[in-house]
This record gives sequence, structure tokens and C-alpha cells, in this order.
Amino acid sequence: MESTQSTESKIIELKPFTDEMIVNMGPQHPSTHGVLRLELRLDGEIVREAIPHIGYLHRCFEKHSENLSYPQIIPFTDRMDYVAAMNQNWGFCLAVEKLMEADDEKEFAIPERAEYLRVLICELNRIASHLLSFGTYGMDIGAFTPFLYAFRDRERLLLLFEKVCGARLTYNYIRIGGVSEIIPMEPGSIDEQNFLDEIEEFLDYFEPQIDEYNDLLTSNSIFSERTMGVAVMSAEMALSYGATGPNLRGSGVDWDLRRDEPYSIYDRFEFDVPVAKDIPDLGAVVGDCWSRYKIRMDEMKESVSICRQILAEGLPDGPVMADLKAVRPPKGEIYFRSEAPRGELGFYIVSDGTPKPVRVKGRSPCFSALSALQELSQGLMVADIIAIIGSIDIVMGEVDR
Amino acid sequence: MSDILPSSLFIQIQDASGNWASDFAENVIIPKIPHLPVELGTILVMLACAGIFVAVVPLLPLVLVLAERKVAARFQNRTGPMRVGPWGTLQTLADGIKLIFKEDFIPPQGDKLLFLLAPYVIFACSFAVFAAIPFGQNILVSDFNIGIFYIMAISSVIVMGVIMAGWSSNSKWSLLGSLRSAAQIVSYEIPLGLSILTVVMLVGSLGMKDIVATQENGFFSWLIFRSPFTFLAFFIFFISSIAEVNRTPFDLPEAESEIVAGFHTEYSGMRFALFFIAEYANMFAVSAIAVTLFLGGYEGILPGYDFLGGFPGFVIKTLGLVFLMMWLRWTLPRLRVDQLMNLCWKYFIPISFFNILGTGVWGLIFKTDDIWSIGISCTIIYVGLISAYALAGRVFSRKPAPQTS
Repeated sequence: MESTQSTESKIIELKPFTDEMIVNMGPQHPSTHGVLRLELRLDGEIVREAIPHIGYLHRCFEKHSENLSYPQIIPFTDRMDYVAAMNQNWGFCLAVEKLMEADDEKEFAIPERAEYLRVLICELNRIASHLLSFGTYGMDIGAFTPFLYAFRDRERLLLLFEKVCGARLTYNYIRIGGVSEIIPMEPGSIDEQNFLDEIEEFLDYFEPQIDEYNDLLTSNSIFSERTMGVAVMSAEMALSYGATGPNLRGSGVDWDLRRDEPYSIYDRFEFDVPVAKDIPDLGAVVGDCWSRYKIRMDEMKESVSICRQILAEGLPDGPVMADLKAVRPPKGEIYFRSEAPRGELGFYIVSDGTPKPVRVKGRSPCFSALSALQELSQGLMVADIIAIIGSIDIVMGEVDR
Repeated sequence: MSDILPSSLFIQIQDASGNWASDFAENVIIPKIPHLPVELGTILVMLACAGIFVAVVPLLPLVLVLAERKVAARFQNRTGPMRVGPWGTLQTLADGIKLIFKEDFIPPQGDKLLFLLAPYVIFACSFAVFAAIPFGQNILVSDFNIGIFYIMAISSVIVMGVIMAGWSSNSKWSLLGSLRSAAQIVSYEIPLGLSILTVVMLVGSLGMKDIVATQENGFFSWLIFRSPFTFLAFFIFFISSIAEVNRTPFDLPEAESEIVAGFHTEYSGMRFALFFIAEYANMFAVSAIAVTLFLGGYEGILPGYDFLGGFPGFVIKTLGLVFLMMWLRWTLPRLRVDQLMNLCWKYFIPISFFNILGTGVWGLIFKTDDIWSIGISCTIIYVGLISAYALAGRVFSRKPAPQTS
């Protein structure tokens, strides 16, 4: 007990205070979502400061890219956010394609069929990514069972991805100018029909499943108690830290690149953008852990709806790859951003007209979100740190690149 | 012949254990071995009982660990262990053998003596509790006149082992876990003890057999239905005992996602297995105590019939509560430290004190447990349950709607 007496007033303030303890959480901690290391300054259970140390999964993506041709970089983007690798492929390809469009001599257009396949697969990948987030978040809070339910459903998606590209995790499916043709799927063939049927079957199964997960975890009173009102990230704070995607929308900012800056064919689909609101009778505050988590649950439903619209229209005929002789963007530079499951994934590419880029920079949404951790975690408890890390949904592969 | 043993020792044994052992010796053993002194027969019977307990009770965790894994698997759409033995029934044995052969690591910077001692303290205390649990009419090691008090005392020592383990490991995570555990167990001991007190007030005895004896008239004479206050006390007892044995939603001392494995992070091999076995033994013990105190113990559902009575009935009822604990574990998330303490100090302890007061008043009004008292009690419980259900329906049916822009 340490007592301090202010000179002006006679109020004696008692501060129960113990020695601070510095604890090293990670990089081998079970719930730091990979190899995040946190240096915690603890006063008992209360966290005075949490300093994230990153870089344990740094694989020199940007430097590697300078020595590889454009198509060779795509497998490296797989390893950035390995949970939603399709979206990473797509983000990079979009940037390169945008750069190539500037070249007037070599005109090319991405085939319709490829665009539809890209949206379909990437939205399914978004579901897979949010499922993992949901499962691990449940486990962080202490419920083990949702984790296995999430993986059970994710497994079905991974099998679907395996059918289109042969890989379960690092797909290398979306290529510059279209999608991969490694496993051919002729337009109108029985293979295509089987594939689409299988997706439909999954969506029919999965949509009610989301409600079940909401019953199991989202509206569980212990879960709400643990996450509602915890670590509130205000809209200003989210914007100043550059938080994007579900984290930004969880803070009440209505911003989704798919709707506000539509790329590819997103302007053809009808979908809602979930944005957090205060729910006074439950106790949820805009920007708390629960809101960020709930946005992901709602986004899964929207992704299901987008997939259903594609299935209703059917895949258009035609090739899946543009007629490209070589990927050789003109001299220039480009920054292009797309909406990955974890937020705005941007690629900045400088080209000098050769088949290899001069400089590639990946803008990682998780990195920005993680930077807010230090401010969010002030004065909370150890258990809350876990809740925050889970709710901002980081993938260390993307943070470190 | 009876001067082989000093008679004072015999009296002591009789006092401690009741008459059943000497009765058993007189009626069963003496006719078969005519020249055996009664006292020696009594001691032999008691030793045999103790031997059976020491041999059989440690087998319980073997079964319970497998049951937990199978139950968890069922909840999670899996099959659980399937490879060792038929349907994986020998899996725990295989795991045990594996643990025995593992390296017995002792942290070099830790406190070696405490580190070595801690698992034994926890293990011994967990199993000592079984000495006072009446599994059946004649299946108990010793019928103390202070049975439930003894159980409370012995199970409180477990927290010492937990703190020893956490402190001696010289690991910050272990320390955090053990201190959480200490705070938790000490806090939840209070509502636990107060709930037991309501039963003791109605029965008027601390002896486990006496408590069971008052519940012999079937379902409605079980102490849980005896008064609305014991009904409430049962739930407080059960929830507090979940906290006592560190299971979800109160498994903060060993919260895997927060503090790795809590106080036994640094333990390996057989020492870890001792913690593990003790945990499951504890789980069974608190369920058995709940059954003894509130659910009729080894007495059956109908008076005069053995249905759900005797040893099998007791085990079935206990395993039912154990299953409930497993169900909760695989469904619920975990509370935070401050919420855990709030629940105990702000809700359970005031309610428990209210219970004590209510039980006292109830005892004054209804001197005997006749049909009237039980009828009124059951009516109050029924009305209370209905209103609680309506209230809970209003609270828990609030489903958050999808949020859109």
C-alpha cells in the first residue's frame, strides 16, 4: 500500500499497488494467433502496457518480389494472409492488371467468366476466413466447441478450393489476366455443374448454421459479458490508426471498398454492408470487441448472398484467361486496394517496363489494426488482451510479410 | 479372548466409524471363523474396506477422463479416441503409461522441495475426501460424526498444493494461475460452506449417514425439495463446486488461452498426471457430495424400493452431475477474473446468507418434515421455477439482429 497526500486538499488517497511484473506473452503462446509476441507490464492481473513485438514471421516478401517476374510473385502473396489466400492473389493481380491497362498498345480485357469465378471463390474464401476468426475467437474466450464447428464447415470450403486449384491453403489460383486453368472446367460441362451444385449445397447448409453459431456463442451471456464494452475503438481512433475492414465497420464507419469503390464486378451485386451500432439493451457499444466480432458474423451472410446471386446467374461462357502474350507492364507506378476479409489490402508496384517490378509494397490491414492494440489494452486485464487480439483478427503472416 | 486388544482402542474405532464394521464382523465373519476376536475382525473389515477404496477409487479418473473425451467428441461431431482397445476404451491407460515414461522435469531455478511435494498434496487431499462419502448403506470407509466438516476441511487444503505448485515452478504464468486459483477457491469456499450449512441446519447433524438417513422416504424427502431454500442452496452448491474444481466456465486457473496451463505449466510426466487424476477425482467427489447432501445419497426415488437407490443408484446420480459438468464445459466460454469474483461476492454470498436465514425460519415453522411442509415447499419451488423461466426467457431471448448500414 502506498499512500499519497496532495498538498492542497486533505484527501488521502490509498493506492493498492504492487510491483509491476513484466511478462512475455508469446511468440509460443497458444492464443496470440501465430507468432505475435507481447511484452506485458502487469500490475497483478491489470495490464499497464502491452507492447507488441512483431517480425517472427518475416519472409522478405517485398525484397523477394524485386527479383521475380510478376506471375512468380503470386505464390508469395498466398503466404501473406494464408487464411484468405485467394483474396491476396486477387489484390495483387488487380494491381498488376491496373498497371497494364495504362499500356495502350497491348489491350486486353479480363474475361467475364474469370471475373465471376474470382468473385465467387473470393467470397467463399471470405467465409472461410471469417469462420476461422469466429472459431478461434470462441476459443480465446474459452469455448472450445465453436472452434471445431467452424473447422468442420471450413473443411468443406477447403475441399471446394481444392477442386478448382488443387491446393487447400496456398492456392495460386487467381492469375494476372484471369484465373488458373490447372483443373479445366469447360463452360456448361458436367464438371462445372457439379462444382456449382456443390457450392449451392454448401450455402444451403451453411446459412442456417450461422444462426446456430449466433445462438451458441454470439448471444451467450458469458460471451457478451466478456466482449461487450471491452476495448472500445472509436471511429476517430480507428481512422487514425488506419484500421480497415471489419475493424473499421465495427467502429461504426460505413466504408466498404466493394461498394464504395467497386472493382471487378462488385457493382452488379446487391449486398448490405454490416456496420456496428449501439445495442443498449444488450450492452454492446460501437467499437467494442463484440461489435468487431459481430460484423464478421454478419458479413458471412452477405457473402453467402453474393455467392447465391452468382449461382442464380450462372457462370458465363468463354475463356477464363485473357489473351496475354507476356506480363510486362509499362513504366509507371500504381497503388491499388481491394477489400480482403481483414480489411483494405493494398499493393504499391513500381514498374520500369521489364518483366520484374522495381519495388512492391504490400499494405497490410492487420499491421494497421495491430498497431491499435497498445492503446486499446491500457488498464484492461490479461484476459481482455486475448479478447482484443482475437477481435481484431490478425494473421501474423500478413503483419510481418 | 477379547483382551488381545486394549478395549479403549476398540471404543475409539467404534466412535469414529459407527457400529457397522463390528456388526459386519460379528454377523458375517465370526460365524465363519469362530475363534476370531470381534475387535480383530472389526479391524480386518475396516482394513479391507480401506484397501478396496485405495485400489478402486484411483480407477475412477481413468474412466472419467475417457468419458470426458468421449462426451466432448460427441458434442463436437467427432468420435474421440478410437484406436487403443475397443472404441478407444484403453486410451487413458495408454496415456498414463506414456506419462510415466516421460521425463520428470524440475525447473532448475524453482523451489525443488515444494515442486516435488505439490502434486502429492493435491492428490492426497482429493482422495482423502472419498473416506467420508457414503457410496451405499454399508459402503463407506468411515462414518464420522463430523463427515461433511471433514470434507470441507480436507478439500480446502488443495489450494495449498495449487499455490505450492505455482510458486515453486518459478514461472510467471504458473504464479498468475496459482494466485487466480487461490483467490477463486477461497472465495467460493464461502457460498459452498453456507449452502452446506442450510442442509446441516435442517438435518441437525454433520454426519454423512445421518444426512442420507433423513432422505429415505423417496423422491420428495430429498433435501433439495425439503424447503425452497435448500433448492436454491443446491444450485449455489453445484455452481460453487464447479468453481472449486476449476472447470469451465470457472477454469481461469488453467485457462489455456490466457495463461497457458496455469499452475501446472511446468509439470511433466507422472507429476502432471497426478494433477490430472486429482482434477477428475475432485470432480467426482464434489458431485458425490452434492448427491449425498441434496439428492438423497444412496436412497432411492420411491420409499421402500431400491430403484435408483443403493450403490448403483448413487453412482448413477453422481455420474449424472458429472455429465452436467462436462456439458457445461464444452458449451460455455470462460468468465474473467473480476466477473468471477463479482458473481461470488455480489450474488452467491448474499443469497447464501438469505438462505441460512430462510432455513432457520423454515425450521421454526415446520418442526418435522411432514406432508404439509414438503407440499408447501414444492409449491414454492414450482412457482419460483416458472417465474424464473419467464424471466430467463425474457433475458435470453434477446437475439441481436444483423447490423446493416
